[in-house]
This record gives sequence, C-alpha cells and structure tokens, in this order.
Amino acid sequence: VTDPDPADAVTRLAREEGGRVTAILAARFGDLDLADESVQEALVEAVATWPDRGVPDNAAGWLLTVARNKALDRLRRTTSAARRTRALAPDLLERDRPADERGLLMADDTVADEHLRLVLLCCHPALNRDAQVALTLRLVGGLTTREIAAAYLVPEPTITQRIVRAKRKIRTAGIPLAVPAALDERVDALLQVLYLVFNEGYLSRGTDAVTRVDLADEAIRLTRVARSLLPESAEVAGLLALELFQRSRFATRVDDHGALVRLEEQDRRLWDADQVGEGNAVLAEAMAMLRPGPYQLQAVIAAEHANARTAADTDWPTIATAYAQLAAITGSAVVRLNQAVAVGMADGPLAGLALLDGVEGLDDYHLLHAAYGDLRARAGRPDQARASFERALALTDNHAEQGLLRRRIAGL
Amino acid sequence: MGATRPGTEENVMEYLFLITVDESQMPARDTATPDSGSDGMAAWLAYNQRLIDGGHWIAGASLHPSESTTTVTVVNGAPTGTTDGPYTETKEQIGGFYLVKAADLDEALGLAGAIPAPYSVVEVRPVLFRADA
Repeated sequence: VTDPDPADAVTRLAREEGGRVTAILAARFGDLDLADESVQEALVEAVATWPDRGVPDNAAGWLLTVARNKALDRLRRTTSAARRTRALAPDLLERDRPADERGLLMADDTVADEHLRLVLLCCHPALNRDAQVALTLRLVGGLTTREIAAAYLVPEPTITQRIVRAKRKIRTAGIPLAVPAALDERVDALLQVLYLVFNEGYLSRGTDAVTRVDLADEAIRLTRVARSLLPESAEVAGLLALELFQRSRFATRVDDHGALVRLEEQDRRLWDADQVGEGNAVLAEAMAMLRPGPYQLQAVIAAEHANARTAADTDWPTIATAYAQLAAITGSAVVRLNQAVAVGMADGPLAGLALLDGVEGLDDYHLLHAAYGDLRARAGRPDQARASFERALALTDNHAEQGLLRRRIAGL
Repeated sequence: MGATRPGTEENVMEYLFLITVDESQMPARDTATPDSGSDGMAAWLAYNQRLIDGGHWIAGASLHPSESTTTVTVVNGAPTGTTDGPYTETKEQIGGFYLVKAADLDEALGLAGAIPAPYSVVEVRPVLFRADA
C-alpha cells in the first residue's frame, strides 16, 4: 500500500483507466450502460474506502475486479432476461479471479480493440455533437458529470440528462460497439469532438475566463489515447501536434489584467519549449505518412508561429501557402479570412485587403472586422481602420477581446 | 472486426424506415400496378430483392400521395374528428415505408442509405414491440 492522497488517486485512476475498464466490460457484457454504471459504482467505493484502507498497489486491476463484480451484482439483481443471457460469458461468472487483471490492462491487442470501439462509439453519427462530447469526456476521459458541467458552465443535470439520453439511444437504437466500415469518417468525427473540447478550454467566449486549462489538457490527453489506438492516422497525429503548439502559448495569451495579448506581442521566452518540441516531433511523424489533411495543415501553421524566435522571423509565405491549401480542402470562409491575414503579412496590406474583400458570409464575425481594421491601419487608412475596429468591438462579448480592440483603436 | 453484439436470433433488431419525399417533385402515380419495365421500378424491385435475400425483409409499401390521406383524431379513447388530408400540410410527406430486420443500427443505416429514391429523407426508428413478431 502506497501513500498518495486517496482522492487524487481516485481521480487519476478514473482518468487513466476508466475508459479502458469501461470498454472491456462493455465489450464482454455487451451492455455499455451496465459497464459505465459499474465503473462509476466502483469509483464511489474507492472514494469511500481508500482513505481507511489505503490505495491499492495495482489500482487499475482493483478497478477492473471491483467494477466487474459490481456488474455481476447488477445482473443478478435485474429481472431482465436479456441481461442475464448476455452475462453467460463464462469468464465473467467467476468471481475472485484477479490473476488476469494485470494482463488485461497491459498493452493487449484485444483490449486496445475494445478501447477503440468505445472511443468510436462515442462519436457515432446517430448521436448529436453535444452527446458525443459528453460521452467522450465521461466514458473515454473518465470525467465525472460534475466536472464536465463545471467545465462547460452548465448545470450538472444538463450533462447528466445528455449522457442518460445518449446511453438510452445507444441501447434502443442498437448502435453497435464496432469499428465502422467507414472508419475515416468516424475518425474525423472523433477529431472534431476532441478539437471542440480543446477549443472550449482554449477560449471560452462570453466569460472573463480566457483559458480553462483543464479541458485543453483533457483534450490533449484524449488525443494521445486516440493516437495510441490509431497509430496509422496522420490526422490524429496532426491534431495532437496542433494542440501542443497552441497549448505551449497558454502562459502568454493573456496579460496580468486578463487582457488578450496578440501573438506578435507575446513574450516568446515563456512559450513551453517541451510542448513545442513534442509538437515538432509529432508533426514530423504525421507528415512522413504522406497523407495530408486539415489538422496537419493547421499544425504546420501553428508550428511556423511556435518555432519563430521573434514575430519578425515568422515565415508568412509558408503560412499563407498552408492557409491556401486549407481553404481549398475545407472551403471555409474563416480559413479564407486567415489566409487574407497571412497574405497581408507576406505580401503587404493591400494584397491582404484584396483577398479579404472576397470573403463572404462573415459580416457578423468580429474577427473579419478586426482583420479589416488591422490591414487598413497598416495601409495608412486610420479612419477606415477605426470604423472596422468599432464594428468588431460591437460584435464580441468577450472582455479580453474587447480590451484588445480598444487598445488598437487608441493606438491609431 | 464486427460488432460484439452476438448474432443470435434474440439480438436481431427491427427498424422502421419512414421514407419522406417532396411530393411536388414526384411524378404522378395513378396506376395500381407499377410499370416494372421502367428504370426506377427496376431499382425498387432490386432493392426489395436485396432485403429479401439478406433476410432483412418483414414488410414494405409504397403509399398513394398524401392528398389521399384521411386523418382521424382520438381523444380519451374516442374518435373526435375526421379530416381530409394529412396531419401536417407540408411538401414533405411519407411516401412509403419498410419494416426490416438488422443486426444493429449500422447495418440498418446502410440499408436505409441504399433506398433507390433519388431524393428522399429516411427516418430509421427502432421497433420497441411488435405484436405479430
């Protein structure tokens, strides 16, 4: 028995092993809800008993054994014939067989496959995006509903209901724990979910908190899990690199007063060199697979910023090229906006303004007007720039961004 | 790598495909026996055969246009009104349905996506209970 703080140990166990144990039990019992409830019940028991008994040496094995026994107890209590039938898997009916638990939690192909199925199930297209996010954080990430609710600033019952409804739909609609035939599409949905979670931590609009480190870190952790399960996917590696580059700048994105700091004004000595270094290595591995995609292109752009020693050293032509490729793949107006900004840096404000005039459908997006303001200021048109910054100011409710825009106006 | 759900008879699911079409885009259909020689009908017959051969078929039908609908409203167990026309007067109306067996939702979605209507929306609903099953 070791001596860490039991509450921390339970949280860490839920994060590190909750997803895998849920996946193992869901696959073996054929019942996701049973698996999830049993894992939660086991974690509650850990919270109750570990302070007195101490944290077990093999906490992962403990979780699997206790959760499996909770599942068997539930099956014995239930009157559902279907559940009893599914429980006939002989290896599950023997209690007190801890010998294989250690092996089950090692790098085992079967467990990895079961884990992957759970990860992919959470992003099934029959579930809406909010449900995908909540399920991924809860079932794969091992977060409690309370933690998810706090991170998203919503009441806990909202998240509880979302998860209950999603699990009900999985059961009633017969969504399978399976690796889908259209794997690329599902992986794309998974990447969207992970990046959504990361961005929720990276920038929360409408509140004074610019960064909520926990969700960004959870997203990075889950992207690492996805990468270990899908080592052949260049885009999973691309997303991990992108997240690491963005995460490396967390310390400098806001000043002491909570105001946003522009990239070119950030103190680059404070960027996390380890994260930049890992991002570079992961991106290199992704690009060596020669299967380009939007996350890798975004990571290329982020890498150029992260590796430039000063803002003036930034390789804007390379960034502009990457944005042009990204715009061709995604057709996104926001990407075209960023392309115009990069071209404005590479080829001058007039070239940027010419591209910006071709961006459609973003009239109510504050960053379009902020970009106009910046390019017009640099083109020597302060009156036009002021009007653009003021329009941008009226369109955002983020205090940090408002502060930045006011400073731009004052500096004209 | 297939589904972990065991493929026993007990675990076969049933789904209703509700096929919604834009009636304003539909060609007029007034014959009780469709022309089996037309390309469109050949595609439907092939699709039906696929459902039968795959063991999916339970039932299926193409419906007269929604203008032929009569709607009966029941309140407290008693019919309170009969009206001419569908419950909702929209362009999009149910044009037909299938009742199928499938191992899981992924298989059902694959079958629904293969329906040969060039433009349609197919709602896939799991069957809770069926008296004659």
